[in-house]
Amino acid sequence: MELSNVDTILENRGAEPFDIIEVLQDLQGLHGYLPEELLCRVSESFAVPLIEVFRLASFYRAFSLKPRGRHLVTVCLGTACHVRGAPRMLDEVVAQLDVEPGETTEDRAFTLETVNCLGACALGPIVVIDGEYHGDMSPGKLRALLGAVRDGDQAVVASV
Amino acid sequence: MGIRRWSRVSRLVEVSDLASCREGLTRERSAWPIRVTLSGGTCGEASGSTGVLKALTTQLHKDGLAEKVHVRVTGCQGFCQEEPLLIVEPLDVLYCNVKSEDVSEIVRESLVNGRVVERLCFVDGASGRTVQRPADLPFFAKQDRELIGHNQSIDPCDIGDYIANGGYSALAHVLTSMSPEAVIEEIRASGLRGRGGGGYPTARKWEQCREASGQERYVICNADEGDPGAYMDRGLLEGNPHSILEGMMIGAYAIGSNQGYVYVRNEYPLAVAHTREAIEQAWDLGLLGERILGTDFSFDVKVARGAGAFVCGESTALMASLEGQVGEPRSKDIHTVERGYLDRPTALNNVETWANVPRIISNGSAWFAGKGTDQSKGTKIFALTGHVKNTGLVEVEMGTTLREIIFDIGGGPQNGKQIKAVQTGGPSGGCLPAALFALPVDYEALSAAGSMMGSGGMVVMDDSACMVDVARYFLKFLKDESCGKCVPCRVGTDRMLEILADFAEGRGTMEQLDTLKDLAWAVGAGSLCALGKTAPNPVLSTLRYFHDEYEAHIRDRRCPAGVCRALARYVIDPDLCADCGQCVEACPHGAILEADVYQIDQTLCEQCGLCAETCVVGAISRV
Repeated sequence: MELSNVDTILENRGAEPFDIIEVLQDLQGLHGYLPEELLCRVSESFAVPLIEVFRLASFYRAFSLKPRGRHLVTVCLGTACHVRGAPRMLDEVVAQLDVEPGETTEDRAFTLETVNCLGACALGPIVVIDGEYHGDMSPGKLRALLGAVRDGDQAVVASV
Repeated sequence: MGIRRWSRVSRLVEVSDLASCREGLTRERSAWPIRVTLSGGTCGEASGSTGVLKALTTQLHKDGLAEKVHVRVTGCQGFCQEEPLLIVEPLDVLYCNVKSEDVSEIVRESLVNGRVVERLCFVDGASGRTVQRPADLPFFAKQDRELIGHNQSIDPCDIGDYIANGGYSALAHVLTSMSPEAVIEEIRASGLRGRGGGGYPTARKWEQCREASGQERYVICNADEGDPGAYMDRGLLEGNPHSILEGMMIGAYAIGSNQGYVYVRNEYPLAVAHTREAIEQAWDLGLLGERILGTDFSFDVKVARGAGAFVCGESTALMASLEGQVGEPRSKDIHTVERGYLDRPTALNNVETWANVPRIISNGSAWFAGKGTDQSKGTKIFALTGHVKNTGLVEVEMGTTLREIIFDIGGGPQNGKQIKAVQTGGPSGGCLPAALFALPVDYEALSAAGSMMGSGGMVVMDDSACMVDVARYFLKFLKDESCGKCVPCRVGTDRMLEILADFAEGRGTMEQLDTLKDLAWAVGAGSLCALGKTAPNPVLSTLRYFHDEYEAHIRDRRCPAGVCRALARYVIDPDLCADCGQCVEACPHGAILEADVYQIDQTLCEQCGLCAETCVVGAISRV
């Protein structure tokens, strides 16, 4: 963890009451998840009891308390995606990665998440991989896409 | 993000500065000989607009045209399925689904030689004719794009575009020649009602907030657009953030507030970035800060990012979240207009409501009240999605019928299927059958039919959608998103979901229908906030209009649409099968058997659907 960045986020925080949630968002963005150590830092910095920080971090869906994989696969389960077959996309990813939504594969390559709606409904069903939107998905296209990401990941891991 | 695309103009110190600034900006814009507009909202980016922009910039430099051609990147223009859209002016031609590879041809033909590249124009499915001018697009032509139409002429990261288009003139007018009371009267006369779903009269809310006792008051823009299948607010905030800021400033002046907040969901990264950028540019110009335009009015806006809790779209939960707490709603015995954020008087309105305010001030309340029905005035934006030919953001005059939206604008069903329902109002709304498509969009008319206006999601479903599955989908959503504070909502939605799972998995009984209705009543009656109060709507409306589908699931153990997994299966039609064997290779589960005819072993089939996708003759279907 790059402590200097954590310090920067904590030092530059605003003075509004919601800035504790803003800081948690930034830390989550920086680190991918919120380990206990970071929650303690936030608790100290805001002079808020740790249990309150934990309450926020566990209430809001955007925060993760567990480490995430190198690649994040997000299946949109909005209504428009749902009626165009999103559940089958989720089934396909679950079958491919052998993890349930919210979980990370054992090799830490992939984390699978779902989202309620991305607001890009015209392109549904949508799957987002590492921030890149893939619209008009089908189980076949998804299978190929995941395969390509996995191959790329293994190449990177092997080269390290 | 953070790229400043606007040419700096000096600070506006007094009201007259705004007019002279606009003059300069307009002159500058009219001097551009050739203009290219590329839509780069979320839909546009997801469809490759970033690559197109890069290719365009490179090509223009290569051809020495960079100085002659002005490229404007806008937010969503509404025709999302055809993104990225590219408009060339003064040729006045619209290209759809533009790819990086098309750029050199567009530059050569349209920008240099002034010719239309026909193959990139939209082809109207109904008439088969090619549409060249953006205004002739049937999807646009039948709309009344008062709000969303401006996205086309505005770069959201350039305050200059907004001002050149008349932006902030309503604010200037209000600050110099209207009293706060007169502003509230003008909004009252317009008949504007809340666009977030509730339909509460905006002027009444402002008046109550103004009259509430307290020193500090706040205005809040609710941009926590959590309804799945709805993205009108994203379209506005991403494409024209200054219109929302201007609306908030006028509202703040009317109620006597100096501080505003935009609470926007973090799942909309572009909306967050563009709003922040807009605030910064407004500060630079002196349109935010102390003594705006030399008047006594001071105002600031801050952005707070939602953290993915649907319930935070509810006003009291949103304010709790702004206070740095978990987003749990509270009882509304004391209204938020009296004691809202930090227990102080607060006027909270939805994005689209705020966006309407400057238009009403500029055009007059009579203009706004002249549109719509008796009780519902103005226009409304809907996110038209699902099983229709044309999907996207649709803005129509209130009172337009569902049929006009779905068939005339949406183009009707895809692939010759039959449209059977439309879901309006998101998880709080309901499913209306095709027989009711003559209903106008009007707060009261939709509520009377068992659905609601909601924020504007409109998901069209054809006969491939199962209504039991849709009800189950929404209940699952609401169960997951219930904050857990009220027992009837927390436990009731769970029990209702169990019953729907029984139906969908072939274990249901007719008696359970009565239990389901009892539970629906209890959840609605025993919950504090709108999430719980309206949670039964998707179930009740499908029970009301699609009872036969429930009966098929319960009595016949059959899902007519072939959606519910436990009741559906894939089959190969031996008459259509071409014996190519590709499905055997495609099936990852070894479930397709090669005998005299190809057959699917249902005990091995995982219903992934890869076989059906692979089959070139369409012999495999889900029944």
